[in-house]
Order: sequence, then C-alpha cells, then structure tokens
Amino acid sequence: MNLRTLLDKLLGSADWGIHPDDHKRPGADAPVRVMPAPSRLYLPLSQHSGAPARPIVLVGQKVKKGECLAEAQGMVSAPVHAPTSGTVLAVADVTAPHPSGLAMPAIMLEPDGLDEWIELKGCDDPFALSPAEINKKVAAAGVVGMGGGTFPSAVKLTGANRAGIHTVIINGGECEPYLSCDDVLMRTQAAGIVAGVRLIVHASGAKRALIGIEDNKPEAIAAMQAAAAGYDTVRVCPVPARFPMGFDKQMVKTLTGIEVPADGRSFDAGVLVNNVGTALAVWQAVAEGRPLVSRLVTLGGACVNAPGNIDVPLGALAEDVLAFAGGLKGDGLGLARRVIGGPMMGAQVQHWRVPVMKGVSGILALDAKEARLEDASDCIRCGSCVEACPMGLLPSDMAANIRKEALGEAVELGLKDCIACGCCAYVCPSSIPLVQHFTYAKNELAARDRATLRMEATKKLAQAREARLAREAQEKAEAAARRKAERAAAAAKTAAAAEASKQGEPT
Amino acid sequence: MMPSSLSGSQLVASPHAHAGKTVTGTMLRVELALVPATLFSFWLYGWPSFLVWALTLASCAGFEALCLRLKGHPQPARVLKDHSALLTGWLLALTLPPWAPWWVPVLGGFIAIVIGKQVFGGLGQNVFNPAMVARVALLVSFPLPLTTWVLPGAQASLPAPGLADSLMIFLGAMPIPDAMASASPLGFAKTELSRGVDLLHSLSSGHAPLAAWHGVRVGSLGESAAPLLLAGGLYLIAVRIISWHIPLAVLAGLAIPAAIGHAANPAHYLDAATHLLSGAAILGAFFIATDYVTSPTTPLGKLLFGLGIGFLTWIIRTWGGYPEGMAFAVLFMNALAPMLDRAFKPRILGRQRNGKPLDAPKEA
Ligand code: SF4
Ligand code: SF4
Repeated sequence: MNLRTLLDKLLGSADWGIHPDDHKRPGADAPVRVMPAPSRLYLPLSQHSGAPARPIVLVGQKVKKGECLAEAQGMVSAPVHAPTSGTVLAVADVTAPHPSGLAMPAIMLEPDGLDEWIELKGCDDPFALSPAEINKKVAAAGVVGMGGGTFPSAVKLTGANRAGIHTVIINGGECEPYLSCDDVLMRTQAAGIVAGVRLIVHASGAKRALIGIEDNKPEAIAAMQAAAAGYDTVRVCPVPARFPMGFDKQMVKTLTGIEVPADGRSFDAGVLVNNVGTALAVWQAVAEGRPLVSRLVTLGGACVNAPGNIDVPLGALAEDVLAFAGGLKGDGLGLARRVIGGPMMGAQVQHWRVPVMKGVSGILALDAKEARLEDASDCIRCGSCVEACPMGLLPSDMAANIRKEALGEAVELGLKDCIACGCCAYVCPSSIPLVQHFTYAKNELAARDRATLRMEATKKLAQAREARLAREAQEKAEAAARRKAERAAAAAKTAAAAEASKQGEPT
Repeated sequence: MMPSSLSGSQLVASPHAHAGKTVTGTMLRVELALVPATLFSFWLYGWPSFLVWALTLASCAGFEALCLRLKGHPQPARVLKDHSALLTGWLLALTLPPWAPWWVPVLGGFIAIVIGKQVFGGLGQNVFNPAMVARVALLVSFPLPLTTWVLPGAQASLPAPGLADSLMIFLGAMPIPDAMASASPLGFAKTELSRGVDLLHSLSSGHAPLAAWHGVRVGSLGESAAPLLLAGGLYLIAVRIISWHIPLAVLAGLAIPAAIGHAANPAHYLDAATHLLSGAAILGAFFIATDYVTSPTTPLGKLLFGLGIGFLTWIIRTWGGYPEGMAFAVLFMNALAPMLDRAFKPRILGRQRNGKPLDAPKEA
C-alpha cells in the first residue's frame, strides 16, 4: 500500500459515494415485455453525442425495418435506422427528454404494421474480421454507448486501438436505483454479451476484459459467469453496490486500481470502458448485421401499475410506452415527478410526449415521497456532502461561492471535476439543490468562454483588418516611391542621353 | 446575489431521490444522545439543575424567535422547528454550574443566540460556537457565580432542597448553603498548586474532590456524567451524525500531553484520566467541538481541529489563568476552521493533492 492509498483510507476519501435504496425489485424480476411499434415513431437526428445525423430519405418514402434513415456526418456521429417498416411522414420537431424541454428535429415515421426487416447481412465468423472491418460494421449499425453516454462506439473502438489499450472494462454496474435493464440483459442474453465483449477485446487490441457487476445482482453475476466460463480473457468481477459505481473512473479504479488522471481519458490509462448493453449491440451489429433499432427500458416508480423492463422500438414516445405497459396508478393521481433515466442523474420532463432514444434507460413516475419535494434551507456545514462526493470535492463551499457568483473560486475548488452524480444533494439534510448550482455554474462558465472566444475572434478580425490596411497603405507608398524612382531614373536617362548626344555632336 | 435559477422551485435538477436526512432529524438525534446524561445530572443536583436547564433552553428558543421576527424572516416557524436553537441552549446548560441563579441562563441564551449566532446571519453563518461564546462571556464577566459548584446529592450532608427551596435558590432569594458548596477537581488542583501544595499532597488529602468515572462528583451539569455522555457520543458516531475524526482527535490531543507531563512530573501535572473525566472534556469532544457549523468539513481538517482543541485545553488547564480551558480552546480553533478546510482539502480523484492531474499510469 503506498502513501496515497493509506492517506485515502485514513481520511475517508476512499470511502466515496452513497448507498441509496435500490428500488430495483420487483421490476427486475418481471419478464421482459416486447412492445410493438405504436402509431407514430419520432426518431431524433441527435441520439448520440457528436454531430446530428443527416436525413437521406424523402417524405412519403416507404422504408423497411432496419433501413438507414439518416447517415452519420462528421468525425463523431452515428446513423439512425428505421425501427419498423412504414412511411416517412415528415422531419418535425419533438420535445427532447431533457429538463429544458427544448425541441429537437426528428424523423416522423408511420408504421405499416408489417414490421418487415431489410435483408440483414451477418457474418459467420466475426473473429476472422480485422478490427477496421469490425469498426465499419459497428459504425454502420449506429451503435452508441447504451449506458447513457451515447458516444458512438466505433469512434471509441478506433481510438482505443490507436492508443494501444491493455484492458477492456465492461460496465455492468447499473448503480442507479430503479433501473434494471442491464441486469435483465445480463440475465437473459449473457452469451451474446460475452461474445460482444470478446469481439471488443479483439477489435481494440486489448489483452483481457473485466466485467464489473454490482453484488446486488446475484442472478446476473451467475449467468455471466456461466457464459464467460472457458474464455480466459474474460473475467466477471462482482463489485460492491454503491453509487456511482457505474461511472468510468470509479469502475476502472475499483476493478484495476488504476486512477485515470483528471483531464485524461481512460485510453491514456490503457483501458476502454463499455457498457454491457453496448457489448450486446456490437455483437448483434457484427454477427447478425442488425442495426440498433430497439432497446430495453426500465419502467419504474411508485406511480406505475406494472414496473418492469420493456423492449421498446426507438422513437416511441414515453406516453406510448406507458400506455402499452399498464399505465399509471389512478391515471397519474399522486404523480410528483416524471423522470427519463435514473433518479440520480436522469432528467425531469414536463410531459410524457418525449421519445425513447438510444441512451434512454428508464422511464420513472415518482410520487411525492420518492421525489421528496422539500424547500431548501440554509447550509449547516454538516459535511455530509463532502463525505459523499466520489470525486473528493467540497460541494458546500462550491455552492456557497456560486451563490455569491464567485465562479472562479468554485473552479478552484474543483467545479470542473464535478461529474454531476448527485451524491451531495442526495445526502444534504438542508435539501439544497447542489447539482443545480453546479450545472448553472458550468453553463455560465461555458457561456463566458464562448463570449471570450467571440470577443477574441472579433479582436483578431479587427487586428487583421488594421494590419491589412496598414500593409496596403505601405504597399501603396512603396509603389508610389518606386514609380517616383523609376520616373527619376528615366528622367536621368533621358538627360544623360541628351547630354551624350550633345557631346556626340560633331563640332 | 443569488442567481434566480437557483432559488426558484420551477424545474429541479437531479437527483430525484433523497436519503431522507433533515436538519431537524439530525438535531433531534443529538438531543436524544444528551438525554441520559441530562437526566443523571438532574438526579445528582436536584431541582435547581432542572430549572437551570429548562430556562436556558427557553431563553435560547425565545431569543431565536425574537431575532427571526425582527429580521422579518419569511418562515420563522420553520426555522424554529429545526431545533438548532434548543440544542445550543441544551449544550450551554450542560456547561453551567447546576445551581446557577436565574439570570445566568437568560443572559447566556441572549449571548449565545443574539451575539453568537444571529448577528452573524443565523444558522450556518456563525464562525464561533454560540454556546461557547456565551459560556466564555459569562465566565469572564461573572467569575463567581460561574465557578460556584455544589456537592452532588449523594455526597452532601444536607438533604436535597425541595422544589420550593430550589426556586428560592434559583431566584437568588436564598444563598446556596455553605455545606453544599465545593470546588471542582480541576479548580481545586489549580488553587492548591498556586498555594504551593503540590498535587501529590493536595490530591491525597481526604477532602479533595475527585474526578470519578461513575460521575458522582462535583462539576457542571455535563461534567458529571462522563460515561453517559461517552455513550451518547458513540451513538452519534454509530448513526453517522458525527464522524469519529473530531472526538478522537480532541481526546488524543488532551490525553497524550497529559500522560507525558504526568509521567515526567506527577507532582505538577494531573494524569490523563483526570483530564479526560474532568471539565467539559467528553462533552466538548463529542458534542461541542463537533458542532457542524463551526468545525471543518474535511477529514484532515477535522483531525487537526480536534488535536488543536485537545492540546490547547491541556495548555490552558495547566498554565492558564482558568482551571478549565475547553471553551477557550474551542473558540480559538473555530476561528481557524475555515482556514483548515481550505488548507486540507480532500484529494480530488485523478489529481494529486496539489491539484495537478496525476501522471498517466504505466502499463499495468
Ligand atoms: S450536506 Fe448540505 S447542509 Fe451539509 S454541508 Fe453539504 S450543503 Fe451544507
Ligand atoms: S455532483 Fe459533483 S460535487 Fe456533488 S457529489 Fe457528485 S461529483 Fe461531487
């Protein structure tokens, strides 16, 4: 044990995070329900991080299930495919599953009810393919990080291969309360996941894969261990259940002891992190040629009639999912908060007319007791937030500075290292919306950065203009001087010639 | 000025779940931890001590309500309900002499709440522990009533006063019977030392008041019940209301120098056990130094804060002008708390202690 770990142990910063009630059962144990396409699908062009996809279909065009509707554009992007067969109605706006409630452009599809696939081109021996070929197939299938990061998987794989990583970490932590879609995936599709993990190891050039699963999912651990038996590159590792175990840095540290440097990516530390759902999607993309058109979504919260996991076609509205899966108790009586994603990091939305996208893992209808609507009171400096913060920050001091608009101070305290995990606000006895403070400050800083950039750009333009004017003036002056000199030279020449001719004249 | 987006109740950012801890719940737990020790003191010192306790609490709550009214606080009832003023009063009461006259609790409550807390801006804003501010101000201004101790009922030759007599003593209409008055162990040791009688002789003489672990001894309300306070403190650590850092550090900061001093010269330095069982040592370590508002929030800061309090207490008790130094030590370290927090921030994940990113790890 080196000095740093010893200090961390003694001073409690190794004891990060919180142990929330997980609320995962009975939802996790209910059989998966497969939802047919509803009457309309709304497929946002931006379901991934990076540039939005560009539509390549025409309004009125008939498409089949799995057909590409919009293609990736730019370095970091992913295509969007049709989740069922039907007719393209329009490119219209739909509300984003985000607290801002802003609209985002989406392809509107009217299913024809036939659910007819395009011809899928699979591959009998994916392990015979080169990493580049695998990446191409993963990219074409529109696979993105399914844990919520939604980073295009092919881009990540290529980067990892180039950086020369040694370990693939597969995140089966699913530390958010309520959510159990990864759990169910591991219980029911362990073989596919393990195959995907091996394929990722192959494509990224790593030596081994570690699958981290929280110890509150014994069934998943058993199923995955059985599926991984016989492959010595793949190891299933139970990890303690605590939030936020599912974050890359925390999972990497728990499994390998490696601490990814701040400002650095996991690649720099020689690891690549992927979610279990992503591993399965990668396998399906390469082995079956199947694009990403549906995903498992957990329906939970005290207000839903039948919690559980649902296989939802992408683009279905949360409203349709609820209608399919038993709806809300008492038609939404007592509903206090609508959340897309998990309760710790998910987004509160104003209504259910938001589409399920590639990164949506949960739809939660929470009652007042679960959401615990409390007015904030004054900070009593109890230090609970400091103890809980998995990053080792001082949330109370950061928030106090942000309230005073002293953003610089907050940054000095580590605002930029905050991962918005919500542990601090979860434990705060004064119910202070700490994460709201940090999000506000980060947005404000980003806005200021943009303003500074703009100002600098304007200044640069102005400077460039001045320089150009000065240069032009100088050039003009030089040209004038040159002309003058030429004229003078010419005059001198004529004079000399005249002189010469005069001299040459016979006397 | 607080940005409007932070005060509004419109859309709330994540998380959408909560551990369920509240300020009121926390304060109630602390009060619960004080109940056994307080009841024990009532039994020891009889009715007058109960009156002191009750009036201190009432005075603190009253002044808190008054301040909130005067400040035009939008929700005075909600703030009062958080129990923080009551807890301040409770802690102050436990440091007072059990038979103090009525104006001591009233004035104490005023100093604690108005000067110690509300002047700074209310809950969470004060730099100094309000109970200790009041305690020190009273001690410095009125040394005599603040150091008039009485023998506990079990040791006294007189029967305990009834409720009527107690009220008379409390209201100052009746003097404390001479046969009841006594010195506290720390005070006794100090006076004898200053008279040139060394500890070996003074403490072995028959009439020395001894610090006894079972708590039947002379002292303030909260001085007597050390084992019960210790149990209460351990309970608070067990339910994670306080962390172990400060109490352990205070006790270590006091006991280690005391043990060294006593080993070197037992005639001049009291032993560690007497130090730990006397004065406000246990109460201070578990209940006063751990006051959230006025202590550091970082683990390393807490350790240094506690060590400082323990060590300063020993210094003041040994060489200072007063027999007890806990209150002074707490106030002094309170002033340093914000600085300790700043200087001993936790290490940020992925960074070195100085804030620079870690170096990329070598091949594992
Ligand atoms: S948990 Fe809340 S009350 Fe406690 S220090 Fe942090 S912000 Fe303040
Ligand atoms: S939201 Fe930020 S400050 Fe709060 S616990 Fe998470 S990382 Fe720490």
